[in-house]
Amino acid sequence: MSAIERIERRSGRAIVVRGDDIDTDQIIPARYMRSITFSGLEEHVFTDARRDADDIPKDHPFNEERFRGASILVVNRNFGCGSSREHAPQALMRWGMRALVGESFAEIFLGNCVAMGLVAATAAGDDVAALMDAIELDPTQEVTLDLVAMTVSSRAGTARIMLPEGARRQLLDGSWDGTRTLLVEPDAIRETAARLPYLAGF
Amino acid sequence: MGKTLLDKVWDLHTVRELPSGQTQLFIGLHLIHEVTSPQGFQMLTDAGLPVLFPQRTFATVDHIVPTDGSKRPLMDGLAEQMLSTLERNVRKHEIEFFPVGSGAQGIVHVIGPELGLTCPGMTIACGDSHTSTHGAFGAVAFGIGTSQVRDVLASQCLALDRPRVRRIRVSGTLGFGVYAKDVILHIIRTLGVKGGVGYAYEYAGSVIESFSMEERLTLCNMSIEGGARVGYVNPDQKTFEYLRGRRFAPQGEAFERAVRWWSSIASDPDAEYADQVEIEGASIPPSVTWGINPGQAIGIDEKIPTLAELRGGDRSSAEEAIRFMEFKPGHPIRGTPIDVAFIGSCTNGRLSDLREAARVARGRRVAANVRALVVPGSEEVKRQAEAEGLHEIFLEAGFQWREAGCSMCLAMNPDKLVGREICASSSNRNFRGRQGSPTGRTLLMSPAMVAAAAIEGRVTDVRELLR
Repeated sequence: MSAIERIERRSGRAIVVRGDDIDTDQIIPARYMRSITFSGLEEHVFTDARRDADDIPKDHPFNEERFRGASILVVNRNFGCGSSREHAPQALMRWGMRALVGESFAEIFLGNCVAMGLVAATAAGDDVAALMDAIELDPTQEVTLDLVAMTVSSRAGTARIMLPEGARRQLLDGSWDGTRTLLVEPDAIRETAARLPYLAGF
Repeated sequence: MGKTLLDKVWDLHTVRELPSGQTQLFIGLHLIHEVTSPQGFQMLTDAGLPVLFPQRTFATVDHIVPTDGSKRPLMDGLAEQMLSTLERNVRKHEIEFFPVGSGAQGIVHVIGPELGLTCPGMTIACGDSHTSTHGAFGAVAFGIGTSQVRDVLASQCLALDRPRVRRIRVSGTLGFGVYAKDVILHIIRTLGVKGGVGYAYEYAGSVIESFSMEERLTLCNMSIEGGARVGYVNPDQKTFEYLRGRRFAPQGEAFERAVRWWSSIASDPDAEYADQVEIEGASIPPSVTWGINPGQAIGIDEKIPTLAELRGGDRSSAEEAIRFMEFKPGHPIRGTPIDVAFIGSCTNGRLSDLREAARVARGRRVAANVRALVVPGSEEVKRQAEAEGLHEIFLEAGFQWREAGCSMCLAMNPDKLVGREICASSSNRNFRGRQGSPTGRTLLMSPAMVAAAAIEGRVTDVRELLR
């Protein structure tokens, strides 16, 4: 396992993908999951929204030169709903994303992000709207998420962000790389197994 | 104050409270398949860790298997690589595997219950969002990502926040021609596709109690489409009778002891819920989706909503849906021509689903312009259906009768929509591109409604064909 990485802040240029209920099939269609690794997924992120049937690029933020190099993705509501595929946050991270800010995230998607050390914080609808407008006006600006102060800062100002407390603490103390933490007390695992009626022949 | 099933099961499986404040939860049953496990095993190998409880993980292959009976090596080299990687991993780690041809292979959420692996009071995880299906037995079951598959392999545990419980009571009785699929589509339509985030859904009430185990599986399956990672039904006599004698269920005296424990883990009558919702069974119509998420559903007699009729928060998705589907707001969904009919999936690929569809198909013909597939959810479902002669009804009607797998629910195998085709589908997701064509369109409905649409060549009220 890699060394512990404590994540207190993420800074960088940002990209905006508008729309509610963007499901993980949109982020990475199932046909690109026919692989035994995650490598190369970034090439296909949002592919059906980015290219038409003849492979001609469509209007999509991920096709826009001005957003190139962005590491913070700003979205609306229920982002990452649907399939549990970790391929979706993996594709985003391999594209270069280090943090997401949105109005809300689907639960499995959020859990996957945390397990990969990808920050996924929520903010109030008005704050997300202001952040989106500011980034589209000037994509060169730096956006900063601070997990200690729980704020997002941009030229739109500083707004409050939220994360489930458990997820926030995992990111801050580096325990998001979960396996190590779960193996700290092996006896407690065995004791739990031993008291389960269905593992003890009832 | 009493406790809910969720709280009882959660407390029993709690290993410890983590410094993050989350629960380290022991996972009693871990199910794996070829799509979301290979990277998990690789991470495990990279970390130099063994599988801690190999006897609590079970594997099958479902997503990528061709359903036309084609043999190994699979024509699709990538699919073959995924399958052979799974075979290597289960051999190396001594994990029980149900391969094609074993008689026990099938969609992971169909075979778990069928084999008696899924039992009340368990915690169940699988790298697949439809793991909520297993909640039909009074288990706490949920989908996980691949890093979490690694965690379960390594520690048999996960770090999780305890969900709140919303009880959804469906009272009274259902109308004629209304199925479990219609109930869950109606619930999602009512509470929204994100209404369940942070909640476990406990389904209760006379309609749910009267449901068979297979109907409860359909119901719990789509909890995640309403945002709820967990959905469950309290175990009862039907649950126990279903499990009696199954391969991995407790046998003999142990079964009787199990029933006593299973009975004790149901929610107490005075349990406290974070939220309660009441739905009148008689108000639920045979339903069809018109859009690009499962909450965009209407009754067969209703019209596709205009933007003005929708709640503000639903409008942006609805606008996209109208644009993508190219349906006319204010027009009926009934009569919409279809190109493909798909009966199958972890939602509706079980024996009772095939029986209901066959009841509609019997003595009729699939419309000339429609490609219609029936894909049993497992080898066992296929065997039982054939023993009843259901395959002959389907074949005579012009349906294709396929081998078990996930098939056109998500089109990771060769079964795909082409171009702008419209598919009447008994599956669970109408997301853009879901059925294999980036521009293909999906209308979700019950298997009986799919059969009716296949026969008529257009979206049809199944009640007309059942009368």
